[in-house]
Amino acid sequence: MTDILLRTGSLSFAYPERAGFLRRASLREVVKRVDLAVPRGSVLGLVGESGSGKTTLGRLLVRLLRPTSGGIQFDGAEIGTLEEAEMRPLRARIQMIFQDPQSSLNPRLRLGVTLTRPLQVYGRLKGRRDQRDRAAALLDLVGLPTGFVDRYPHELSGGQRQRAGIARALALDPDFIVADEIVSGLDVSTQAYILLLLKELRARLRLTMVFISHDLSVVRVLCDDVAILHHGEVVEYGPVARIFGFPQHAYTRQLLSAIPLPDVEPGWLDDPSPIVPSHQQGSAA
Amino acid sequence: MTAALSVQGLQVAIGTGASSANVLRGVSLDLQRGEVRGLVGESGAGKSMLGRAVLGLLPANAVIAAGTIQFEGRDLVAMPEPERRSLLGRRIALIPQDPMTSLNPVKRVGAQIAILLRHHLALSKRGALERAAELLAEVAIREPRRVLELYPHEISGGMRQRVLIAMAFACDPSLVIADEPTTALDVTVQRQVLQLVERLRQRHGAAVLFITHDLGVVAKICRTMTVLHAGRVLEEGETAEVLAKPRHPYTRALLAATPRADQPAEALRPVPPALIENLWSEAYRLDRLVVAGPA
Repeated sequence: MTDILLRTGSLSFAYPERAGFLRRASLREVVKRVDLAVPRGSVLGLVGESGSGKTTLGRLLVRLLRPTSGGIQFDGAEIGTLEEAEMRPLRARIQMIFQDPQSSLNPRLRLGVTLTRPLQVYGRLKGRRDQRDRAAALLDLVGLPTGFVDRYPHELSGGQRQRAGIARALALDPDFIVADEIVSGLDVSTQAYILLLLKELRARLRLTMVFISHDLSVVRVLCDDVAILHHGEVVEYGPVARIFGFPQHAYTRQLLSAIPLPDVEPGWLDDPSPIVPSHQQGSAA
Repeated sequence: MTAALSVQGLQVAIGTGASSANVLRGVSLDLQRGEVRGLVGESGAGKSMLGRAVLGLLPANAVIAAGTIQFEGRDLVAMPEPERRSLLGRRIALIPQDPMTSLNPVKRVGAQIAILLRHHLALSKRGALERAAELLAEVAIREPRRVLELYPHEISGGMRQRVLIAMAFACDPSLVIADEPTTALDVTVQRQVLQLVERLRQRHGAAVLFITHDLGVVAKICRTMTVLHAGRVLEEGETAEVLAKPRHPYTRALLAATPRADQPAEALRPVPPALIENLWSEAYRLDRLVVAGPA
């Protein structure tokens, strides 16, 4: 039997949505009965377009949000209903890397401070010297020069900032990481490095990851399994090779065929999918 | 027949004196009428700067240090301002990257299209709105009359981008600068938008300079392509040829670093840092040569 680190059962989340002033708030379900099982040491890709609920699902998994219904089991224990105080010991083991390191790294703190802040919060630092050593070790782990402990985020390139974001998530030696669109803002040359770094780190640190992305090509590089989300539902879920090689669901096929591969293909612009907006909004008016 | 766009030896610097930095280092490219050329590069390559130079929308601290930009045989750099302005939005149009910030949030969609039509084509208020509805229908927007009455925040990102495409083609331009118009869109919407651009381009016979970092997008919509790095053209040619047999090591490296949904992970090779460093030092060496002048 495989060892499942994270499992969700019929996980759902709804936002209250007011239809108008004085109108009773109704619930809008954005994650619908999602069942996932992430084996220890594996990487699951969560793929979907905007509005698919992938970011909300990611936030549920790290319990930044509380499920409306359904459960989340982490390492055998139910965490879906835990209060914040009860979550706290687990927070060290569950980390998140955010999309935009520019806004998730404090611009007024040197990297040495930012990277070790989680350690400080959990009382795992032994003085100034230890702080510097730990920060240097973290920088080294993600392939940044140890001299960067004294740098500010604005002195780094986009790729370097994303490495710093990864280093901070690794500070507490977590078992489980959710990475939300962490390569989408990067140039191709930088992106490839970050992907290879994550591959290396997962092997070296035996990390279990959920990698959220709108980009199927990127998912293929890093993930073992992939779940395709559409309007809050998992429409297809399985090993990467099967989903990419033999997609069953019409939406998965549509997504795959919409990816422009860098090959000239004369018929690509002449349809199969009709030019009709799939979700015209504006009904509010 | 003269080219739709001919850029020769264009050199653009930001700032003046000792603190000036070159962003375009002698770029030349031609765009024949009706041609779609991809301008490819990573951030900092100068691709948007080239687009802005053509549109005359360079930042205030940028100067064209050398070179010419000709639109249908007329020099845009030397042209008197009123004449140049009368071309913009009419004969030369822009499809911008960010559909949210490119539309006025407090004006209805219809009013924004109408302003353009009244200004350039001297249509009546009523005539402009009529034409605006036709234009929206042309970009596959259902119920165009209803959409004319909406504000930008009331429509989806893909629909906003379609509105901007409609505006770009509104006055029958012969040159369209498309600056990463699909970068912010989902792949399925991106495909629809690319299909639209191609359809409108054919109908209006416009040439398109398609600025993008995405080699996949170039492969699908551009017949020719130019690879830019550090403000220099490294390679250009027919898209099919460049992608199948890239001559410049940088083009080869970019292709190898692009993840492909149809291939397993092992194929991915990052761009070697030494290659990038070499390219930049070549660029700086070029700068010094230009400053020193011919011996």
